[in-house]
Amino acid sequence: MKPSDTFQPVLLEAAGIQDGFSIKSYRSRGGYAPLEKLLVEKKPAEVVDLVKSSGLRGRGGAGFMTGLKWTFLPKDHPGPIYLCVNADESEPGTFNNRILMEEDPHQVLEGIIISAYATRASTAYIYLRYEYPKSWDALQKAIDEAYEAGLLGDNIQGSGFSLDIYLHRGAAAYICGEETGLIESLEGKRAWPRIKPPFPAIEGVFRKPTVVNNIETMACVAQIARRGIEWFRSIGIPADPDNPRDPGSYGPKLYCLSGHVEKPGCYEAPLGITARELINRFGGGVWKGRRVKAVIPGGISMGLMTEDELDTPLDFTGPGTVGCLGLGTAAVVVIDDTVSIVDFLHNSCRFFAHESCGQCTPCREGTNWSLRMLERIRAGKGRLRDLDLLAEIGDTMGMMPGSTICGLADGAAWPIKNSITKFRDEFENYIKQTNPTGYMETDPVPALPIVTTH
Amino acid sequence: MIANRRILTDDMVARIEALASRYPTKQALTLPALHIVHDELRHVPLEAVVEIAKLLDLAPAEVQDTLTFYQFFYQTKPHGKVRAFVCRSISCALRGGEQVLDHLCKKAGIKPGETTPDGTITIEPAECLGACDFAPCMLAGNDLHKDLTREKADAFLDSVGRQNG
Repeated sequence: MKPSDTFQPVLLEAAGIQDGFSIKSYRSRGGYAPLEKLLVEKKPAEVVDLVKSSGLRGRGGAGFMTGLKWTFLPKDHPGPIYLCVNADESEPGTFNNRILMEEDPHQVLEGIIISAYATRASTAYIYLRYEYPKSWDALQKAIDEAYEAGLLGDNIQGSGFSLDIYLHRGAAAYICGEETGLIESLEGKRAWPRIKPPFPAIEGVFRKPTVVNNIETMACVAQIARRGIEWFRSIGIPADPDNPRDPGSYGPKLYCLSGHVEKPGCYEAPLGITARELINRFGGGVWKGRRVKAVIPGGISMGLMTEDELDTPLDFTGPGTVGCLGLGTAAVVVIDDTVSIVDFLHNSCRFFAHESCGQCTPCREGTNWSLRMLERIRAGKGRLRDLDLLAEIGDTMGMMPGSTICGLADGAAWPIKNSITKFRDEFENYIKQTNPTGYMETDPVPALPIVTTH
Repeated sequence: MIANRRILTDDMVARIEALASRYPTKQALTLPALHIVHDELRHVPLEAVVEIAKLLDLAPAEVQDTLTFYQFFYQTKPHGKVRAFVCRSISCALRGGEQVLDHLCKKAGIKPGETTPDGTITIEPAECLGACDFAPCMLAGNDLHKDLTREKADAFLDSVGRQNG
């Protein structure tokens, strides 16, 4: 029997319940009682310890230990300390934050209040992407209800702890999901990520200590407060005892399944479920009875897994073992065998060329030149040499090669690197067939005018 | 001061100022202010940038710097009465998003990113709208249009009074 056979969804427990988004429904499911208990019984430092020992890792993409991130805040800081909740979910394929905010906003709020108490933050901003008007309404209504119930505002439940939560609307820019890009945007500036250090915990928004956490992370905090550390650590993949640097992948995870499956959707499963099981158990199989060609393991910036790699556990370490960037947002996008890998990579390159903020030259130029090359290849003017050039761009732009400030370029590079490494034959055949007389040329060639970026 | 304002209405200013207590700096009101003006006028003309800057004790260049970073804001002319974002990112593209975008534009008689001459509708390609479970999808105003087909696209254009233009 697999762990997923007995697994009970908790993050999605409100899905399908009538008025599941209301405070009444949330309370009837046991919500807010853990918060009220914790405000009386636990000191902030004890809540930090609780989250730290649960092994919770951030659900936004990087998978950093949430409790550990909180401990980086300066001790005895006079304040204010800020909590920024990242709801700028824009990674292609990802929509779990939207589901949480729309279906069960109070679960998110309880997590935020607990996290703010732990970090001694007196103001929390929810940076919500422009494209989620329904989430905005659901969250605002939930915030109003929470104020009315005395769960927000001054001296919450007589605990002496005060918190205000404000919604802040983004303006359709992917880079605002990068935590320091988010901070700059919140301050009213262009969302150019900052050079770190100083990390936000030391100097974040408005130059004050700041924690930035994802919406799903907040929901996990609420569930840990309700169900305890033991419950959380009983789910997922334990730390590898032979690898002291592996903190494990504990807890439930919302996997977003989309693309060529019969039943796309957001499904909750223990961390470590495989893409194959997701597709077959939840997704109703590949659509139209076709075969899998490739699967994106966690949002487009994580790269590609081939059909042979579908049994890789989708925990924080699994995708890395098959050459992908990581688990990312756990947005699993299925690509069937009728799709040209050239079209896939063109779509990916176009996305990153559009979303590069332009601050670092290797990213601004690398993403745009890779798109230009893909445009030329698709126009029947590709050369075999282009593949080496693309691979070179992929190897040289990003935080890992040390040429950019943030990870956007790494995310742009991975689909390029994975596509070319794993599907090189298909690229070569495509180029040879579409450019039979010129595919061996190596002389410089002018770029075609781009018409599709903006 | 009020007499000097030509674009920002008293109501807009009141709504911007009502948010001031939320942030420790005035500059943080830039995006909210831009949204308040843009929601109403469907663009933020240069005069409005100057007026917002004055209101927030900023240089106009600072507001303009932020505005132009987000390609979201129109400046030289308003977008259409309806602004439709059609997703073209991977999950939607795999299920026909780009074909829906082409179809909509052809039917409306415009290119992606353009507004119909009568100002009824602007159709823009969008990056992931975060509704991949309903791919291909489109956000028009506050409405998410799910699992789009040509038929649904036609019906949408009919509903906003724009077919075969």
